[in-house]
Amino acid sequence: MASHYEAPIRKPLVLGDKGYHDVSVDIAAPVEGRANTQWWIVFSIALAALLWGVGAIIYTISTGIGTWGLNKTVNWAWDITNFVWWVGIGHAGTLISAVLLLFRQKWRMAINRSAEAMTIFSVIQAGLFPIIHMGRPWLAYWVVPIPNQFGSLWVNFNSPLLWDVFAISTYLSVSLVFWWTGLLPDFGMIRDRAVKPFQKKIYGLVSFGWTGRAKDWQRFEEVSLVLAGLATPLVLSVHTIVSFDFATSVIPGWHTTIFPPYFVAGAIFSGFAMVQTLLIIMRKVSHLEDYITVQHIELMNIVIMITGSIVGCAYITELFIAWYSGVEYEQYAFLNRATGPYWWAYLLMMSCNVVSPQIMWFKKIRTSIVISFIISIVVNVGMWFERFVIIVTSLHRDYLPSSWTMFSPTFVDIGIFIGTIGFFFVLFLLYSRTFPVIAQAEVKSILKSSGARYKALRDAGKPLYTISKNGIVRETIINNNPEAEVSSESNQGESLLSALGSFDSGTQDPDDLKKVKGIGPLMEKTLNKLGIFSFLQVSKMTQKEYDLLDSLTGAFPGRAQRDDWAGQARMFLNNDK
Amino acid sequence: MAVGVLGIGIGFVSAPGTVEEAKAMVAAHDDGHGDSHGEEASHAIASDHGEATDHSAAHDEHLLHQLQNRPWSALYVAAFFFFMIALGVLAFYGIQRASQAGWSPMLFRVMEGITAYLVPGGIIVFVILVLSVLHFNHMFTWMDADVVAHDKLLQNKAGYLNPTFFLIRAAIFLGGWIGYREISRKLSIAQDNADDNSNFKKNFRFSAAFLVFYLISESIMSWDWIMSVDPHWFSTLFGWYVFASMIVSGITVIAMVTIYLKSKGYLPDVNDSHIHDLAKFMFGFSIFWTYLWFGQFMLIWYANIPEEVTYFVTRIEDYNLPFFGMVVMNFVFPLLLLMNSDFKRVNWFVIMTGIVLLAGHYLDIFNMIMPATVGDQWYIGIPELGAILFFAGAFIFWVFRALTHAPLQPTRNPFIEESRHFHY
Repeated sequence: MASHYEAPIRKPLVLGDKGYHDVSVDIAAPVEGRANTQWWIVFSIALAALLWGVGAIIYTISTGIGTWGLNKTVNWAWDITNFVWWVGIGHAGTLISAVLLLFRQKWRMAINRSAEAMTIFSVIQAGLFPIIHMGRPWLAYWVVPIPNQFGSLWVNFNSPLLWDVFAISTYLSVSLVFWWTGLLPDFGMIRDRAVKPFQKKIYGLVSFGWTGRAKDWQRFEEVSLVLAGLATPLVLSVHTIVSFDFATSVIPGWHTTIFPPYFVAGAIFSGFAMVQTLLIIMRKVSHLEDYITVQHIELMNIVIMITGSIVGCAYITELFIAWYSGVEYEQYAFLNRATGPYWWAYLLMMSCNVVSPQIMWFKKIRTSIVISFIISIVVNVGMWFERFVIIVTSLHRDYLPSSWTMFSPTFVDIGIFIGTIGFFFVLFLLYSRTFPVIAQAEVKSILKSSGARYKALRDAGKPLYTISKNGIVRETIINNNPEAEVSSESNQGESLLSALGSFDSGTQDPDDLKKVKGIGPLMEKTLNKLGIFSFLQVSKMTQKEYDLLDSLTGAFPGRAQRDDWAGQARMFLNNDK
Repeated sequence: MAVGVLGIGIGFVSAPGTVEEAKAMVAAHDDGHGDSHGEEASHAIASDHGEATDHSAAHDEHLLHQLQNRPWSALYVAAFFFFMIALGVLAFYGIQRASQAGWSPMLFRVMEGITAYLVPGGIIVFVILVLSVLHFNHMFTWMDADVVAHDKLLQNKAGYLNPTFFLIRAAIFLGGWIGYREISRKLSIAQDNADDNSNFKKNFRFSAAFLVFYLISESIMSWDWIMSVDPHWFSTLFGWYVFASMIVSGITVIAMVTIYLKSKGYLPDVNDSHIHDLAKFMFGFSIFWTYLWFGQFMLIWYANIPEEVTYFVTRIEDYNLPFFGMVVMNFVFPLLLLMNSDFKRVNWFVIMTGIVLLAGHYLDIFNMIMPATVGDQWYIGIPELGAILFFAGAFIFWVFRALTHAPLQPTRNPFIEESRHFHY
């Protein structure tokens, strides 16, 4: 990784003409700007769902678990299905950050931050279910082996449910530490850019006094590697122990040795699908298309395809061995899954999880953003049904045909599930506006080897550093406009306007350009003289226009670029919409 | 360079080749003797039993069968073990190709050399299976029509476990694996002389297709060739568990061959970081193997269902030392030795760990086959060691012969520059 060399046939991971400063500006933009209406709409919906969920939880706890659809045959259904589903989704984060780090996959850097955030938020959702199921959540600490004087109260170390308590709390804490460690340099960056004292204070606190000294970085890298080493076995252990919840029993359909690795593969599968869903939206909303590229989406699709195939292989293995075992109960459990009253759930699971990812073999499909988004949703649905099939169909027809029954969820079951989805999105939406959603420090570390700009410079045989006296990179490789150099001042003014678009004072209202940090009353007048009145015009400014402006005004060379006028103007434009 | 490697290669290959072949002769000789030894032993034990108790003749006959099985099983375990190494390397190679890894192209020729053993190794395993079908031995009891006639469970499985279908499956799998190996090797060599990347791209596609085929065929192979020696027992995890053993052994052999060739100066561009990475994989997959071993063992032990748990009861009672010894060799040993990142760069350290790992995974296969075929009459003696030496000799001879056929470092792989610059 230390080497900057990269084979020319590898595709760039950062598109566009991006230098180090551009990365800071692009990634800080959603944090520094203000939320637009779309964000508020989605946030309100998520919040409403969360409140409904809270209501359902309060009803459950005040009335009792009887408000759920459970019965004495199917005594475990939506609660555990949702629990496993959320834990599964929580897998991709650590996988991306730890396992892909160990495998030196550079493409992880654009997605690891959000994937880890997703992990933490979904493990929180998962943790809710066992706590609610306790009936008296204020006694939740009883699952921890605390020496006590309550008589015979002591946890059962033989039970995989207790191992779950340990596994998931360890996982949550390690993931949280790993996530926050990675965030430190990025919070430091936002703190240093902050203008208002309140923001500076907050980001100063959360960045734990990050200074960016060499010593800081050295410790940072050491800790990251140790945590990655710790987190990798955790990825396996968490879902292994979740699978033990079922596989240590003697219930046909649950007791099968393939469960541990198959659950892990399934968890990675569903986790990546959720990352795909979230990031396809986020790259659009936060203008991060240059960082989360089609190449990233394609690679995630390939992971989904591979893990989907492994899961499919496990389904078939289970089916075959059920027949091969010659155990009639085992055989019936699987026959009942496929042809019993829950055949539709089984069919849904098979088609969503096994068949649908297989279309990713076609490059056209796996590079299509719309289809990737649809498949990612389909896989999320399929993985929910997988857990439902495993849990409910194995229970609903037990050894005694007189007690055979069906399960139907009540509005409380559904309410709690929707509540957790709302809670998840509330957390994720808040995160996307307050956290640097891409690990900018890490992206910068691969910029020279994998950034489109530096790849182009390298291919052109030019040195990677071309610095002008103003501290501005003059060389623009992507933009091949030789006629950019114009001598006379008026021509320059015209070419500036032609690039930014003219402003018709008859039909349009001029914007208050002073809102842009770095434009004072004097500068606003200068800009107006040149014909620049609106945010729209400013937002179109690029390197070339900044240079033109500098040569026209002569004041504060490089100021416009440093303050990123275009980015700020774009933000104001979004807010006005 | 190609000519140089070829010339010197033949030089050193002939030396171990003849020594190993000499050993191999001894081994083959021992195989012959193994039978008679076995029978003598069985007579002795049988007579002991006869005097002590009024034991039935059936028991003695069973014992005789077990002892007759022993040289066969010894041969089969060793044949399969070395075949499995080549197949594990092929899977690892396919993964490297399909994932477009940048660090490993420098090692592709080494891997291709090792997979060359698939052809003779595969044929030998197949011949042993055919001989089993022809009742030269009793390793697979379900092939015995008498046994099946008295066994309801086996009758139900006959649709799958019958000799014809069994051999057809084996032939398809071997054909697929060998086919991919030959195609990929041809494309890999063609890429060195080509002026575009079309061979490289074709190889990528074939590798992806192979991995799909391998995912399915490897599981079924392990049920057929190994799990069915205990025809009543079943475990869904079995295929993946065998895979873990296979890939660890394969990577270990890649590391050992690479270190040997490098020490002789044939791989000038392979650096300690490549060895470090291979050692990391040895470490990682050893943990993975342990994970699957534990997963399978724990779930069966915990549920304690008689039909399933008998498998481990036999192993713990009759095979206590090899069963737990193998866990120590395959888990504790690499865990402690390869944990430190500096040790992964010390070549002789990797070799020593590799030897223990290979012995441990031989024991793993031993523990899979022997309890079913020879029961408590196991012993690691002349037939076992002879068979190991014979196949080790054949493996080394064939692999190093294949290594001399092409330059040991690819030249035009698009990632070769990345691999050459690779440092961790």
